[in-house]
Amino acid sequence: MNKKAFNLKDFLINYGVIMIIIILVAFTGIKSPNFLSHSNLMNLLLNMSARLVIALGIAGCVITAGCDLSAGRIIGMGGCLAGILLQKADYSGRFIQGGKPMNVILAALVVMCVCACFGAVTGSFIAFLSVPPFISTLAMMEIVYGLNLIVTNATPLGGYVTAYTNLASGRFLMIPYLVWIAILIACISWFIFNMTRHGKYMYAIGANPQAAEVAGVPVKLTMVMIYAKAAAFYGLAGFMLGAKSGGASVNLGLGYEMEAIAACTIGGVSVTGGRGKVSSAIIGVAVFEFLKAALQFLGVNANAQWIALGIIIYIAISLDIRKYVAKK
Amino acid sequence: MAEFFLELKGVSKSFPGVKALDNVSLSVRPGTVHALMGENGAGKSTLMKCLFGIYKMDAGEVYINGEKVTINNPDEAMKMGIAMVHQELQPVLPRSVAENMYLGRFPTHNYGPLKVIDHKKMYEDTAYWLKQVGMDFDPKAPLSDLSIGQMQSIEIAKAVSHEAKVIIFDEPTSSLSDKEVEVLFRIMNDLRDKGVAMIYISHKMDEIKRISDDITIMRDGTYVGTWPAAEMTTDQIIARMVGRELTNVYPPHPCTPGDVILETKNVCSIHEKSFQDCSFHIRKGEIVGFGGLVGAQRTELMEAIFGMRGIASGEVYVNGKQVDTKTPRKAMNAGIGLITEDRRGNGILGCLSIKDNTGISIYDKHLKAAIVLDHPTINKIVDDSIKKLSIKTPNAQEHIANLSGGNQQKVIIARWLANDPDVLIMDEPTRGIDVGAKHEIYEIMVELQKQGKAIIMISSEMAELLGMSDRIYVMCNGHIRGEITDPADMTQEKVMHYATMF
Repeated sequence: MNKKAFNLKDFLINYGVIMIIIILVAFTGIKSPNFLSHSNLMNLLLNMSARLVIALGIAGCVITAGCDLSAGRIIGMGGCLAGILLQKADYSGRFIQGGKPMNVILAALVVMCVCACFGAVTGSFIAFLSVPPFISTLAMMEIVYGLNLIVTNATPLGGYVTAYTNLASGRFLMIPYLVWIAILIACISWFIFNMTRHGKYMYAIGANPQAAEVAGVPVKLTMVMIYAKAAAFYGLAGFMLGAKSGGASVNLGLGYEMEAIAACTIGGVSVTGGRGKVSSAIIGVAVFEFLKAALQFLGVNANAQWIALGIIIYIAISLDIRKYVAKK
Repeated sequence: MAEFFLELKGVSKSFPGVKALDNVSLSVRPGTVHALMGENGAGKSTLMKCLFGIYKMDAGEVYINGEKVTINNPDEAMKMGIAMVHQELQPVLPRSVAENMYLGRFPTHNYGPLKVIDHKKMYEDTAYWLKQVGMDFDPKAPLSDLSIGQMQSIEIAKAVSHEAKVIIFDEPTSSLSDKEVEVLFRIMNDLRDKGVAMIYISHKMDEIKRISDDITIMRDGTYVGTWPAAEMTTDQIIARMVGRELTNVYPPHPCTPGDVILETKNVCSIHEKSFQDCSFHIRKGEIVGFGGLVGAQRTELMEAIFGMRGIASGEVYVNGKQVDTKTPRKAMNAGIGLITEDRRGNGILGCLSIKDNTGISIYDKHLKAAIVLDHPTINKIVDDSIKKLSIKTPNAQEHIANLSGGNQQKVIIARWLANDPDVLIMDEPTRGIDVGAKHEIYEIMVELQKQGKAIIMISSEMAELLGMSDRIYVMCNGHIRGEITDPADMTQEKVMHYATMF
């Protein structure tokens, strides 16, 4: 049999979801040309940027056959913490009266570090006490939410310094700064996944944790680092979302963890572990955002859009699983 | 009633590349315990699985009470009155004793299409059958409250509740305490008085002599003979189990041992039933074999030394210095490598490439600027080892899951060669591998020996153990029972002698 012969079934299994989205985007573009306008595309990219950072964080957890339910709440914490650090000095509703706003980059780093500490705790429970990721991250989700409520007193934050909000409105080479941040994170993730020990260890743990340990992989340390890194990314995403909306509340990022896990799996990060690339996360997030936007432009009932998202997840995962089931 | 309740005649069974059973016969009289003996891999379990309908025999006939029958699956076997008490119990721990006994055949009240489990009948019946085997557990107690031995009596009660006329015991005492063995034997004696025929697989000579009426011995998938147990001495049994011609297919491996590289002193497991008080040593340029029966705790000992299992007491020395090998990573850094027995379970990284599978143990050594992997060097090492070990693959990107067992094993060997440990422990290095690849692996071992590496080889294949080892330790029941240093002493009889010193 000629292996290179075009096989429609394999093609559909490999690219089915992408084909659906391309057809949908083309169709929407024809029906309402505004969909593919520069401003709308930029808006889409802006929406994708924070989502991509979240998805790249969660991808590490999913590649090790885990998950992270605390992502959404850590995004909320990151957003609020960034807000607290970056309010204008003369803003009347200032969280810390009389304080000065921090340097924006420094604030982003502080947010990432604080969130990483929480992620390290989650990861430690998973690695050292064998708490399943689903439960460990669930517990952290509740704890972070509670802390965030206590600290902010459930009051929304606003009055940010322009240097911060500029990240969303300002552009470099026609592209918003937030998108550049996402690109930078994607590059860093690619580097970590492919060029460092940590990345190789991550894939090995996902493929077979026992075999990885026997091969001398520091499994526990790697797991802690994966969850800490993921939480740092969520914190950054919270920081980005705050810049985009010019404010933050405790409910920022609510439910984003599910969307991010869904996006990863749509893009080809296998929930059974060991498989998944940076490009998988990018494709997954793009599919998700384009689908949402296209349905909106087509005037589909906003409530019905949720059903469409669910159906896409079903199709994507059923097809993805086919790749591995068939091989047995 | 026929003289023999159960007769197997001319049973043959082949697996790809292996003839597991060749014209084997077995005749069991009612009301007797019939011991089935043989070395690892003699075909005892395969024969029983053929009888029980788990495997389909290629040729052969089964007679029950003089009538010819065919058994296609375990369900049919049970209907014909054959029951098996497995070596590895598969209980549903959190559920009750009664539920475990009636799993899959719960008594029910039928209300039209609706079937409701009749708990009262189930508990009463369970209590009745438990009484039949002289046990009185609470049928409602969760199974997890019982000891392994007690669970086994539940299995036996289950067999009895099927009104089995033939009960197969596959190494039932391997995880039982002395007291539990007594209970088991009492039950078996009762069953014997009731006319039940029992097939008893075990390696423990004293037990065989105590409980069995007849002994059938198998060797390399063939039938050796059947004798009354009372007429056989332990030495005679061993001689008949091992009496095979050894053909010399092993590469020569002249041994010039250097300094002691690895030494253990009184290593004890954290589990009472596992290895205890194990002291051994190995020198540079030596291939040391570890012999013993399956369940002798050789794998457990090696995995503990490599940090995969807990050690309660004892010391490990590498190059004369005591080392901490609490995790595989620490053991690896101390210069030890381990190729595990369970290739699929903890050897290969199934969904990753050959390159990733090989490189995984050497990333620490090939870094640029302290964090960036030196991919060109790693690629070169991987490509070299594919060539050197003649791993059959189109390229290094191929997924390891797509390779044959022998090639997968070579990739795991490549992983450890790249890491370059001083001591390489190989646990059943040629299990499930075809003859050609086996020979290649032997040659790799000799090559390593020439480089002055120390190799520990666990092997359950007698010929391989005798053919490849420069020195042999034999374990039994968690203890090192003997060391064979003189090549003249390296005989099957000697190994079996130590291996059955329970």
